[in-house]
Amino acid sequence: MVDTRVNLCGIELSNPVIPASGTFGFGREFAELYDINCLGTFSFKGTTREPRFGNPTPRIAECAGGMLNAVGLQNPGVDHVIAHELPEMKEFFHKPVMANVSGFSIDEYVEVCQKLDACEQVGWLEVNISCPNVHGGGMSFGTDPRMAAEVTRAVKNVTTKPVIMKLSPNVTDITAIARACEEAGADALSLINTLMGMRIDLRRRKPLLANKTGGMSGSAIFPLAVRMVYQVYEAVKIPIVGLGGVSCAEDVIEMMLAGATAVQVGAANLIEPYACRDIVEQLPETMEKYRIEKLTDIIGGAH
Amino acid sequence: MRQDVFEIVSNRNLAPDVYEMVLRGASTEDCTPGRFVQLKLDSFYLRRPISVCDAEDGKLTLVYKTVGRGTEAMAQYESGKRIDVLTGLGNGYNLDNSGDRPLLIGGGAGVPPMYLLVRRLLAQGKKPTVILGFNKAEEIFYADRFRGLGIETIIATADGSVGEKGFVTDAMEGLDYSYTYACGPEPMLKAVYNRAATSGEYSFEERMGCGFGACMGCTCETKYGNKRICKDGPVLTKEEIVW
Repeated sequence: MVDTRVNLCGIELSNPVIPASGTFGFGREFAELYDINCLGTFSFKGTTREPRFGNPTPRIAECAGGMLNAVGLQNPGVDHVIAHELPEMKEFFHKPVMANVSGFSIDEYVEVCQKLDACEQVGWLEVNISCPNVHGGGMSFGTDPRMAAEVTRAVKNVTTKPVIMKLSPNVTDITAIARACEEAGADALSLINTLMGMRIDLRRRKPLLANKTGGMSGSAIFPLAVRMVYQVYEAVKIPIVGLGGVSCAEDVIEMMLAGATAVQVGAANLIEPYACRDIVEQLPETMEKYRIEKLTDIIGGAH
Repeated sequence: MRQDVFEIVSNRNLAPDVYEMVLRGASTEDCTPGRFVQLKLDSFYLRRPISVCDAEDGKLTLVYKTVGRGTEAMAQYESGKRIDVLTGLGNGYNLDNSGDRPLLIGGGAGVPPMYLLVRRLLAQGKKPTVILGFNKAEEIFYADRFRGLGIETIIATADGSVGEKGFVTDAMEGLDYSYTYACGPEPMLKAVYNRAATSGEYSFEERMGCGFGACMGCTCETKYGNKRICKDGPVLTKEEIVW
């Protein structure tokens, strides 16, 4: 019997499979399809201080092997999440959940993290400093090492739970941002968020997305994500949550060999609603195929 | 929502850019009027949402317009091909609201969902009237299928080549009806909304990611808050629509 358990910042996961924020809502739509307690955990929809409608539509476009989204952090706001989403989630998910937080100022990150840190169900805070679809916030904190460190430090000052900084791939050197977050006290890093892209409508001769640009995800970005996880693994000592185009058990193993302790699955959930359940089910036999007894043995194994 | 593999029974051209695909699967029980399915196409990442035109005992009829590369590829599919399908998506029309004499209005690619809706309303002993709107004679499809159900079928063409000349709203003039069901391009929906003498339900279209409420790709504002076209819609009541 193979051992799929991993430990992320002191919390044991039965397996490293984690649906990524923005592709899994607050879990309800998927809990209607399967028992989502089979997952390691999941990262819920990016939450801000105020409720947000997000960007105008169209928010979705397609590309070869992937998609672009410009949802723009639509969410009901942290107070609603705490008052409604978390209590409802308790009915169908019985593990610590990963709280994904976004913001437009240091104060906002601090306030939202502080509120979610106080919630019993929350196991980790995943701080998104890499959303490419909003202006004046999100990614602007994640593309400058000093700003990334400042957010990290401010959030760490007011929280008790592990803080995972979610990094943007839309930078020249992701290891510089990674090191800055580590030095500022981050407990872990998750990478990569989506890559900024664009599609143009041939009939209208205008960008297809109302926001013009959108974040690219899907299996096409997997090699980029593996490369960045590999690079960051060599640059920092804190654990890495690897994501970007993961869609099968083999991808999970590859990501872990690159250096990930746990692995998130994003866009795959949107086209195959049972993707994460299937990956969890296929993981043991895939491990046997590659003669892996204990999943933790292979973390960073490609180095 | 169910996930299943359906096999294509037939796939034929009905009118310029309009095709009818008949599929067979284990069950179509959750394919109720106004709902849609998501088809996984070869070499396309995202599924394609197509409204249910008819469904009975595992036989699913989709009538779709080719609007891009995905639906163009679909139009080339041959019988015997197997397709991964998510069924039972969206809220669908509420038949309890119809009253005895509902008016159904479909424009262009919005015509197909009206077919199953008529059949289900007839099964409840109601007397629906349908208005089908097209630009011109060559674009007309399914008119005989609606007439074959024995209901009053009014055709409106923008150029007057068949039926009443003008828009579906012109054809609404003088009709007596208990409720309105509409599906079609947004300008048509808005015109019907402004003309309709009754409450009603309107089916909207949007570019979708998942089709089952997870990605927030197709959100719209309503008087009762934000709604996902794929999960809380595609059918909205007249009372909640914000234009």
